[in-house]
Amino acid sequence: MKHNLYRYILGIADNSLILGQRLGELCGHGPNLETDIACTNMSLDLLGQVRSYYQYAAKIKGEGASEDSIAFLRKEREYYNVLLVEQPNTDFGYTMARQFLFDVYHLLFLTELQKSSDLTLSAIATKSIKEVSYHQRFSSDWIKRLGDGTEESNTRIQTAINDLWTYTDELFYLTDADKAMVEEGIGVDVATLKDAYYKTVSEVLEEARIEIPESKYFQKGGKQGIHTEHMGYLLADMQYMQRAYPNMEW
Amino acid sequence: MSEEQIKNLEEQFEARIARDEKIEPKDWMPEKYRQTHIRQISQHAHSEIVGMLPEGNWITRAPSLRRKVALLAKVQDEAGHGLYLYSACETLGISRDELYEQLHSGKAKYSSIFNYPTVTWADMGAIGWLVDGAAIINQVPLCNTSFGPYARAMVRVCKEESFHQRQGYEIMLKLCQGAPEQKEMAQDALNRWWWPSLMMFGPTDAESTHTEQSMKWKLKRKTNDELRQQFIDQTVPQAEILGLTIPDPDLKWNEERGSYDFGEINWDEFWQVVKGHGPMNKERMKARVGAWERGEWVRDAAMAHAEKQQERKEKQAV
Repeated sequence: MKHNLYRYILGIADNSLILGQRLGELCGHGPNLETDIACTNMSLDLLGQVRSYYQYAAKIKGEGASEDSIAFLRKEREYYNVLLVEQPNTDFGYTMARQFLFDVYHLLFLTELQKSSDLTLSAIATKSIKEVSYHQRFSSDWIKRLGDGTEESNTRIQTAINDLWTYTDELFYLTDADKAMVEEGIGVDVATLKDAYYKTVSEVLEEARIEIPESKYFQKGGKQGIHTEHMGYLLADMQYMQRAYPNMEW
Repeated sequence: MSEEQIKNLEEQFEARIARDEKIEPKDWMPEKYRQTHIRQISQHAHSEIVGMLPEGNWITRAPSLRRKVALLAKVQDEAGHGLYLYSACETLGISRDELYEQLHSGKAKYSSIFNYPTVTWADMGAIGWLVDGAAIINQVPLCNTSFGPYARAMVRVCKEESFHQRQGYEIMLKLCQGAPEQKEMAQDALNRWWWPSLMMFGPTDAESTHTEQSMKWKLKRKTNDELRQQFIDQTVPQAEILGLTIPDPDLKWNEERGSYDFGEINWDEFWQVVKGHGPMNKERMKARVGAWERGEWVRDAAMAHAEKQQERKEKQAV
């Protein structure tokens, strides 16, 4: 139970950590000041959530674990985020497509997590929902703007959606820890969110004049700690200080 | 308008400023006042935006979650400062696109301090402590400057800057209380940022132009040398608390003046950086121009979408 709960929390929080890290890369490099500020805001929201989850996970783990040891000192194979969130900021289209495809899932997920019998998780979910519904509004608006805007923006956002689509199915895959937590009444059965997810996503894409990809080939692995090649670089960057200067306080 | 009328208006204008009244965007103002304010406010806005880069450089590598969040929030504050300073500037009849164009073409200047590289985590502490500290000393008097939108923006900017400065000092304190390697990192950062921070107050009074006019319009209340001295006197005791050494062998308390004497600033280096040949001038501009160019299709799309929406609305109304 303890091990599964720990794994389960990481599975949730790692998504926010890695996406928050990706958004943080963009700070100061946005297409204009307003979007720059908004992307930083989302990064801040996600990292705030991460801290709550990891602080809770550290308590469960014991053995001197802390939010930072969990965030910075695991091996790549021990991060359980979905592949979607680690994909790079290829351009603003990819950044918004990644955000949108995750936000729709994230909001559905948190709505269910509020009902968790684990009071800490349900409290974090309740607190995060407000932030994440704003994220979804923001990314959906941009999907519509880019889809409807110019020929170039339509092509770019279509390409991004096509490329990232392959990572959407993993969101609804349950690990053993997930299954155990669903049984306990703690976890969310993400498989049940799938229809609502693709419905919302399709509605926004249609409004944005973006074709819904037909591909039936999907990639997964992140939830088992098997990542894309991008992940190692992201971690090398993120863990640099903790690895170069171990056991110090900052 | 006759020359006499203009002279009359100018006299009334100067009298209003002398009475400490605020000048608002719609008020009549001499062209020189407008141009000087566009120059100064935009330069300030550009400094905030370029200033995001050296610190943004460490967001992905911040050593703890708490530090990462604080750094993100700080850099975001700078974007916010840029935003309302550009807005204040726009009230003087220039567009944000024109202002960016001036920055990207190199016509407009920004604070030279941001042309130095951030090479260790301790630089995040040193920038907060020294650079934001110097900025506050420069900016606090501007909360009472004569142009209303600028003065109001500065009230908010200064509040946030003083928070940033405490945050930076706290980073330094933590390093100085930590392992020897951490303290070394802090000393190294102080060594690299001390002199450039002193240069932030600009050339010596003897070399400084515009001062008299700026004093009259309350764009300046003290001279560069006075502000620099104030910064040194305030900062030296803070370095002592940290147990760090200011990298100036000539630094010495002068009982008679009640101030610190200090060594000669390397003005050749100052002018070299101002003229565009500092360690990071080209990189900073490349980053700004690059972000702007990469974002062009995004801005075009947003504009096109807004226009289409408007058309659809109008069609519906018909």
